[in-house]
Amino acid sequence: MNSLTRTENQALARTVLELDVNNHAGVMSHVVGLFSRRAYNVEGILVMPVGSGATSRIWLLVNEDERLDQMVKQVEKLEDVLAVRRHGAEHEVFVRLEEFFV
Amino acid sequence: MPKQTPETLTGAQIVVRLLERQGVRTVAGIPGGAILPIYDALSKSEIHHVLARHEQGGGFMAQGMARATGVPAVCMASSGPGATNLLTAIADAKLDSIPLVAITGQVPKPMIGTDAFQEVDTYGLSIPITKHNFLVGSADDLLTVIPRAFRIAASGRPGPVLVDIPKDVQNQLVDVDEWPAPGCADVVPPPDGELIERAAAMINAAAKPVLYLGGGVVHSGAAEAAVALAQKARLPTVMTLMALGAMPVDHVLSLGMLGMHGARCTNLALDECDLLIAVGARFDDRATGKVAGFCPQAKIIHIDIDPSELDKIKTAHVGIAGDVRTVLELLQPVIESPQRHAWLARVASLKADHPLRMPGIDDPRTPYGLIRAVANCLDDEATITTDVGQHQMWVAQAYPLRRPRQWLTSGGLGTMGFGMPAAIGASLAEPERTVVCFTGDGSILMNIQELVTAAEEDVNVKIVLMNNSSLGLVFQQQTMFYGERIYASKFKGMPDFIRVAEGFGVPAVDLDKASDPLAALAAALATRGPMLIHASIAMHEQVLPMVPPGAANKEMIGG
Repeated sequence: MNSLTRTENQALARTVLELDVNNHAGVMSHVVGLFSRRAYNVEGILVMPVGSGATSRIWLLVNEDERLDQMVKQVEKLEDVLAVRRHGAEHEVFVRLEEFFV
Repeated sequence: MPKQTPETLTGAQIVVRLLERQGVRTVAGIPGGAILPIYDALSKSEIHHVLARHEQGGGFMAQGMARATGVPAVCMASSGPGATNLLTAIADAKLDSIPLVAITGQVPKPMIGTDAFQEVDTYGLSIPITKHNFLVGSADDLLTVIPRAFRIAASGRPGPVLVDIPKDVQNQLVDVDEWPAPGCADVVPPPDGELIERAAAMINAAAKPVLYLGGGVVHSGAAEAAVALAQKARLPTVMTLMALGAMPVDHVLSLGMLGMHGARCTNLALDECDLLIAVGARFDDRATGKVAGFCPQAKIIHIDIDPSELDKIKTAHVGIAGDVRTVLELLQPVIESPQRHAWLARVASLKADHPLRMPGIDDPRTPYGLIRAVANCLDDEATITTDVGQHQMWVAQAYPLRRPRQWLTSGGLGTMGFGMPAAIGASLAEPERTVVCFTGDGSILMNIQELVTAAEEDVNVKIVLMNNSSLGLVFQQQTMFYGERIYASKFKGMPDFIRVAEGFGVPAVDLDKASDPLAALAAALATRGPMLIHASIAMHEQVLPMVPPGAANKEMIGG
């Protein structure tokens, strides 16, 4: 984490990214590597297999940044990423988890 | 695919069979413990294995094959240091969008993660420098992974793919009753027709357009279409380092290379243009200089096969995702053919007033003169590779490149040590051509060991070594921007390159000692087989003009 306080951090505009990916070892590494090499912090990550387990869904919570459009395009280029959808910070997927992070 | 009689094969045999079915005829690499099963299978194959003397050399040989032909080429290495030594060549391929399939051996699966002998996380290390990578879990998976690796390497924007294969997977026996089709490039979705119309309208309405060609033009085989478009719409044309050869440099519309070491007229024309048509180019900082000062008055049409390049550096007024050749061919019938007298006259006057100055062009003992003398001995069928540094920029400026894939250079990563092994690879892929590698005394030492590979393979590679006893571009920047504080850029010890080459089995000629250097050069270039041609140049020679790092392109020094 950076030097922002938790309150300040929460005041930043947030985006929730929803990724459909192939489910195998290494996919997470491909995805988060794109962020880390740009020193672009991922605030929240949630992953579970979907259906038969052949694919997974990754939810990423990231701060809005002028680089976000480029980030999404880079994520879309990954072989194991099948689809990327963008949601606003109001998306409830991370909200419901907050009780585990007090 | 028709069913065939089932065969029981090892993973290693499957790999080799799939390479054969893919049409691979030459691979470069070095064996080691963790890839020995594959090498054992390879020994029974018709595929020609070129034994590099360092894995990076093998990687660049594969790059030379891929760059010369456009077809994915294969390099191999063992686990651990074999794989890490390959990484630079893979990263280089990534930045220049070169289709490569790197196959590495890995320790057996049960030993992965135990810090086994020669174990390294090849998969993890190669993630950020490959287009895609695989750690193969079973011999059966090879039947999908290998064709897929070739498909990914060749599809869309090309790039390197790494396949890491544990030794037990190479030894695993499986029944194969059906072979997959070889991997080939996916069809690119057609571009948006409405965007083509808007781009055409912008080109038709422009008063001062410039066509800006990048390496994507070479990759997509679009050079002919680009020249046709330029001719019809009368577009002055600039090329990136990677695109040189796409339009013959002596074409009336060519302004040559743009950017840090482009001619003044080239960067000044860009500064004045009102429309920039970027084709398969990525607005690299060495091409654009300070981005805010690049084509400040221009609207931008950006055509690229990779959607993530659109709006990455400069926001385009029209961005078209698609195969650049297809897009150019769709634009051709819908653009007009204006006279463009005023703009072409302006560009002509810029060319007359601010041409590329090449002092010493008639003297073979100067950098430009030596390059021109080499060119005078060859025709456009020759392939030119370079290493990285001053010599690379001088050749980019002065060599009359006229053919796509004539010019193989490390652009994005700028890897010293690229030139000679890439030349060996180019020659292996196209043995009928003369391949000239321009290099420097700094660069050649970074992969000098491949001289023995050149001798062993008897490739028709001529290494022109421009020796200024220094890391010339470092020396130049310290001279220009660091108060002439020359540090760590002048070599105190200098190998006797003639004896070094001869020691490796490569004949050598020293132009310094030739009474008639032009005759000695011509004789050396006309002799079949590998040859090192040594020529000293003055340490103070600079690549000019030069845009200071971080400055706008119109702020050129010298030239």
